[in-house]
Amino acid sequence: MTDLPVWLSLLIAAFLVLGSTLALIGAWGFLRLRSFYDRLHAPTLATSWGTGGIVIASMLLASWTQDRIVMHEIVVGAALLATVPVTLMLLGRAALHRDRSEGSTEVPAARTPDTTPPSDAPLKEPR
Amino acid sequence: MSQMILNAALIYAQVALGAAACLAGLRILHGPRAQDRVLALDTLYIVAMLLFLVTGMRLGSLFLFEAAMVVAVMGFVASVALAKFLFRGEVIE
Repeated sequence: MTDLPVWLSLLIAAFLVLGSTLALIGAWGFLRLRSFYDRLHAPTLATSWGTGGIVIASMLLASWTQDRIVMHEIVVGAALLATVPVTLMLLGRAALHRDRSEGSTEVPAARTPDTTPPSDAPLKEPR
Repeated sequence: MSQMILNAALIYAQVALGAAACLAGLRILHGPRAQDRVLALDTLYIVAMLLFLVTGMRLGSLFLFEAAMVVAVMGFVASVALAKFLFRGEVIE
């Protein structure tokens, strides 16, 4: 690591600073925003380019120090990209469900359930 | 020279991620409702995982990377289970 060229260390430092600053801004917004549905958006700063920057910096440094292309960190980034939207969608739906079941006026009411069956539903056989 | 730039960036990243974890912890402490606390726990998981990656870069060790991977997967499972609990009042139906 002693013979790291300056341009590469500047690149790695830029990605590190980008990623960690975005994570910090996301956490700060998470503390500042008013309603839960606003707050749901703030942590995505940390999970999109926050993770991306740190993962890219880690890959660049590991690839230089081990003299080969190291791609392990892609796994972490891909796992987060796949899982975080699922988590946030579930949490948002759970919060909406809880607010509606309490009769809160701040969330839009649920549509009346559609009682007509879908057009490709199997026909019920009379017994 | 390059070593100094890299060290400064790594220290800055560690401090910023530590501060982000503290802010998420504050939201856990006085988040008004349960869904805020679950979301804050998810954020804390992700920030801790990024901190593991940065610390691994600083120490040049591969073990912290594996720990970060485990934390990422476990955080997803925990958050989904908690969201399911908020939805239905039970985890396994």
